[in-house]
Amino acid sequence: MRHEPAIESLRAQIEKIEGRARRVKSVLPFGIADIDARLPGGGLPLGALHEIAGGGNGAVDGAAAALFAAGIATRTKGKVLWVITRSDLFAPALAQAGLPPDRVIYVEAGNDKTVLACVEEGLRHGGLGAVVGEVARLDMTASRRLQLCAEGSGSIGLALRRWRRQSEAVDFGQPTAAATRWRVSVLPSAALPIPGVGRHRWLLELIRVRAGESADFEVEACDGSGRLAVPAELAHGPASKEGRRSGVAG
Amino acid sequence: MRAADASSIAAGARVGMSAAKARILVQGLVVRDHDAAADAQGLDRLALWALRRYAPIVAADSPDGLVIDSTGADHLLGGEEAMLAGLIDRLSSSGVRARAAIADSWGAAHALARYAGRPALIAPLGHGGSVLTGLPLAALRLPADMVAALHVLGFERIGDLLAQPRAPLTLRFGPQLGRRIDQALGILSEPIEPIRPDELIEVKRNFAEPIGAAETIARHIGELVVQLCAGLEAEGLGAKRLDLICHRVDDRVQAVRVGVAMPVRDVKRLTRLLTDKIDTIEPGFGIETLSLAATLAEPLAEKQTLTAMVDDGAPDVSDLVDTLVNRVGERSLYRAAPVATETPERSVRRIPPMAPDTGATWQGRWPRPSRLLPSPEPIETMAALPDHPPVAFTWRGVRRRVRRADGPERIRGEWWRSDAELTAVRDYFRVEDDAGERYWIFRSGDGEDPNSGSQRWFLHGVFG
Repeated sequence: MRHEPAIESLRAQIEKIEGRARRVKSVLPFGIADIDARLPGGGLPLGALHEIAGGGNGAVDGAAAALFAAGIATRTKGKVLWVITRSDLFAPALAQAGLPPDRVIYVEAGNDKTVLACVEEGLRHGGLGAVVGEVARLDMTASRRLQLCAEGSGSIGLALRRWRRQSEAVDFGQPTAAATRWRVSVLPSAALPIPGVGRHRWLLELIRVRAGESADFEVEACDGSGRLAVPAELAHGPASKEGRRSGVAG
Repeated sequence: MRAADASSIAAGARVGMSAAKARILVQGLVVRDHDAAADAQGLDRLALWALRRYAPIVAADSPDGLVIDSTGADHLLGGEEAMLAGLIDRLSSSGVRARAAIADSWGAAHALARYAGRPALIAPLGHGGSVLTGLPLAALRLPADMVAALHVLGFERIGDLLAQPRAPLTLRFGPQLGRRIDQALGILSEPIEPIRPDELIEVKRNFAEPIGAAETIARHIGELVVQLCAGLEAEGLGAKRLDLICHRVDDRVQAVRVGVAMPVRDVKRLTRLLTDKIDTIEPGFGIETLSLAATLAEPLAEKQTLTAMVDDGAPDVSDLVDTLVNRVGERSLYRAAPVATETPERSVRRIPPMAPDTGATWQGRWPRPSRLLPSPEPIETMAALPDHPPVAFTWRGVRRRVRRADGPERIRGEWWRSDAELTAVRDYFRVEDDAGERYWIFRSGDGEDPNSGSQRWFLHGVFG
């Protein structure tokens, strides 16, 4: 991002007009220069709501999106509240993404309305690192409430959008008050010199970000500490293809 | 004879026989004098136990039953069905054989529990007379001589009475018959006088004018909680379960129960939990008495709060857990804990959210899918036996070509569970299709030995 004094002072004025003395915003960097540069502040803002959905079949199963959310939650401090409607989340996979079972409190809510109420409660409390809610419908009013709660307490809110049918996923285009909006789709894994499945890869689409531009990234899935990585051949260009990593990680 | 155990009944003794006759029928019969007072005391003890565990309004329904008003209390125990099953299980594990029923009125529940012939029964909401028609007249809680007189007139079942005009019956048997019928149908209300132990900490407030507005109720709840906490502090206790009972002007009683994981004496927190539940109270024509009791209280030691010199790091989330438990129920809030087993669907167990940290996690380095299907779904495959992954498979009507695969990871049955698992084997593969979607599939069996499984393929999970 360019820093121009005129724009900076305009920003300050706008914030003054909005009337909210914003707290000093801290961010959660991804540790990948490409992604962090696209996010104002150099990372995912804490104390904000973020929307995550899966692409393709992921809109229904939300498998990659859940791991992406787990990776973010892992890197926060404190317990994590995970509100679900369908009980197909497999805790050992979260542990492999760096989120040990002791840190996660699961809430099984019957419907979307209860999910939103529980997420709101969790965000308002302030003692949690992250609150993840698996919802299908999220409208402007509901997301605004969650965003305000998150701003007040400093916890990070992750709305994991997940639908019953793939056709319902068009709902993801509706405007919400979330600070960022991501879509995670699976890509073929890293090629290995031997038969087998390499480190999982995702296409990470930053569809919307407040005060920033959208972008696409190709990344390697979360490692054991919830961190993404840049595929080696993309990071260093085609010249370093021979030096490609051959290690396998979940 | 007032009661007999199973072995003496098998030998021919019957309740209602004379003791002398029973002694002749049963060799070595042990006869004890009937002690009605001790029976009543025992029933009261059982009622107190149910009060602490199940619902705010509990009373003994002598001589042989309990009546529990479960309205507004079943959410803590996972709904009506789970509550009833748990109640019967707990009683039977302590040696009490019990039958239970949930119905709209005391009279109907009394009748169904005793005469429906099922150990646990939940009558549909708004059942009216339909569930009662087939039951005998004795189910209506009438005096024995009245039942006998009705039998003489040819009435056998409750349905026979419901079909009759009421006036001649009242003329002959007095008002009690009509009242009992109306109570069973839920037309006439029948307040339950709840049992109250002596040491219960309870505060009450009567109103000159009945109250009804939510804000007014909230204000009075706030004041009652302050009084209650003062009472708890004097005893050195903290509340684990709070009951708010609202007596309405039309003689109906509404109850709200909230529970917390650890004993609490914090006015703000308890007020918050109770005011969250205000919308479940129906004030009707108004509430004239509010009473608040700490049904379950445990010693709460004063803790010295340190100054900011030492920061213990982990913020306390127990108040959040309590709020959520009271919203979604105790069973819906949990943490996962590892189980030492290879079978994936058995490898996670639920522990209470505030259980101490175990520090344990799952062993094994094989990647696990982030979504595990509730049960493995059969897929159609083309595979080379015995230990190659399939070349292609069809799941939910979509055919996928396998581009890469990892495996097999062999998982053996747990022989100590059942004989069938002694030889059972599953071979798990992680497969990736052309689009990059990754699935967890397995073959039931080792590919050669028919004893090890059906050799069919299943899809068990989706990787991220």
